[in-house]
Amino acid sequence: MKLIRDTWLILHRQMTLLLRGPAWLITGVLQPVLYLVLFGPLLKTALDARSTAEAYRTFVPGLLVMLVVFGALFAGFALIGEERAGVLERCRVTPVSRQALLLGRCLREVISLLFQATVIVLLALPFGLSVGIGELLLVYLVLTLVALAMSALSYAAALRLRSEDALGPVLNAVTQPVLLLSGILLPITAATAPVWLLMLSRANPASWTVDAVRSLFAGEYADPRVWWTLALLAVLAVAALAWTGRMFARDVH
Amino acid sequence: MPRDAAVDARGLRKTYRSGKTARNAVDGLDLLVEPGEIVGFLGPNGAGKTTTLRMLATLLRPDAGTALVAGLDLGADPAGVRRRIGYVAQGGSTWYEATGREELILQSRLYGYPRAEAAGRAAAAIEAFELTDCADRRCKTYSGGQRRRVDVALGVIHRPQLLFLDEPTTGLDPQSRARMWDEVRRLRAEGMTVLLTTHYLEEADALCDRVAIIDHGRIVADGSPAELKRAISGEVVSVGLNGAAQAAAGLLDGQPYVRRVETGGDRLRLYVDAAAGAVPLILRTLEHAGLQPASVELHRPSLDDVFLAKTGRSLRD
Repeated sequence: MKLIRDTWLILHRQMTLLLRGPAWLITGVLQPVLYLVLFGPLLKTALDARSTAEAYRTFVPGLLVMLVVFGALFAGFALIGEERAGVLERCRVTPVSRQALLLGRCLREVISLLFQATVIVLLALPFGLSVGIGELLLVYLVLTLVALAMSALSYAAALRLRSEDALGPVLNAVTQPVLLLSGILLPITAATAPVWLLMLSRANPASWTVDAVRSLFAGEYADPRVWWTLALLAVLAVAALAWTGRMFARDVH
Repeated sequence: MPRDAAVDARGLRKTYRSGKTARNAVDGLDLLVEPGEIVGFLGPNGAGKTTTLRMLATLLRPDAGTALVAGLDLGADPAGVRRRIGYVAQGGSTWYEATGREELILQSRLYGYPRAEAAGRAAAAIEAFELTDCADRRCKTYSGGQRRRVDVALGVIHRPQLLFLDEPTTGLDPQSRARMWDEVRRLRAEGMTVLLTTHYLEEADALCDRVAIIDHGRIVADGSPAELKRAISGEVVSVGLNGAAQAAAGLLDGQPYVRRVETGGDRLRLYVDAAAGAVPLILRTLEHAGLQPASVELHRPSLDDVFLAKTGRSLRD
C-alpha cells in the first residue's frame, strides 16, 4: 500500500539523519539521565513520600509525559530547517503521499521519544520503581498517542509560522501553562490546590495523561480513567494528524 | 490549443497579500513552450519568474488562469503533472547529512521505483552528472557546483518530459556555470524540454533557444535571442576617424543604409539594420571622400538593450 510504503521511506530517511546528528546523543541519552541524577534525589523530601520508590512512582510518570509532550512539541524546529534546505519542496513535487511526509516524521518522534522513555524507566528501576510488562506496554501506547498528536501540532505550527524565531515563543506560551497545570512537578489534588486551580488542572488533557500513567505504574490498569484517557488521546492524535496532513497536502506559502 | 505543447499557459495570475496591500506577483501571464526547447525566463528579482515556475510545477495554486503542463491540465490533474515534470528549486534541495547517492536512491523510491531499480537509476545519474568522486560523501561537504549537479540529477531521476530549473547557475563560478550549461544541453539532446529562469544575460543568450523577458509579472518580449536583439536596435558600427569624424558624419548621415549617426570624439557610432551589408557601403563612401578609417568595430546589441527598450530599465543595475 502506497501510504505505508511512502511512510516507511520517509521514516527510514528521518531515522538515518537522526542517528547521524550529534544532537541525538544529547537529547536522547543525556537529558533523561540529567533529570534522574540532578532532580531525582530531591524527590523523597519534596514530595513528602514515605520511600524513594514511592516518590519515583509519582514522579517518573510525570517525567515521561513531560519528556514526550515537550520533545514532540519541539519537532517543528527540524521541519523549518528542512523547509529552508528545500527538501520539503523537493519531496512535494514528487508523487509521494502527502500524508506519508507527515506520518514518517511523526513516527520518528515516537521512536526517539519511546527510546528516551525506556532509558528513564531503566535508570529508575534501581531506585525501587517497578512496573508490570502489560502496564508498561499500555504506558508506551499512551506516550505514542501523545507523541503523534503533539508532533503533528508542532509541524502544523512550523508550517504556518515558517521561522524558528516565531515558533519558539509560541511553543513557550503553550507549554508553560500545560506544564504548570499538569501536576507533573507537584501533584495537584483537592488537598494541595485551591478549587479554581484544581478545576483548571482537571481541564488539561496533560493532567489526565499523567494520572493515567501514574495509575498504570501503580498497577491499576483496570481503572476506567486509563481507558477514557486512551480513547481521548486516540481521538486527539487522529484529529491532529488529519489536520496537519491537510496542510502538507495543500500548497504552503 | 495544441495538445502537444510542453507548456500552454493562459492568463496566469498570483496575488500576494500582506495586510491591506495586494501585489500581483504574476499578472495575466501567457506562455507557450514547444517540446524540445530550452526556454529562459529573463528578468530582475521580483519579476515573477519563480512564482510562475512554482505554479507550473504544482507547488502553488494560481489565483486565475489555466495551463496545460506536459499535456495535462494543471488544475484538474496535478498528480499526473508531477509524474511528467521535474523541478529544481533555486535554493537547493538536499539534506546536508545524507550522501548524494542516498538522496538519488530516495528520490527514485519517492517516484515509485522498486529498490533495485532505484539503486540503478542513482548509479546512472552519478555517472551522467560526474558525481563519482563525491556521491558517497555527505552533501554538506559538496562544492557549489557539485551540490547544484546533485539538485538537477534529483530533478530528472525519473526522466521527466519537462524540466523546470529555477536559477540553475546563481552563485556558481564561471567554470561550474559552463558545466551546468553543458548538462542542460545534454538533457535537451536526450529529448527533455527545459524551462529555466535566470537573471544572467549571458546565460539567456548562450543557453536558451527562446527567451521570454518578464517584468512585473508579465511577459514583455518573447523570441530567440537573435530575433529579440534584431527587433530592437539592429547593429552598431563604430568607426574610428582621426580628426575627421565631423566630416564623415556629414557624409554618412542621410545615407539609406544608415539609420542614425552619433559622434563622440574621434569615433562615429552608426546604427544600421545589418552590419554585414552596411560595412562595405560605409567604407566605400568614406574612401570616395578620401577618408581613411583608423578602426572599425561591430557592436551587436545585447539582451540588456532589449530589456532596456522594453522596460525602460537596465537589468545590470
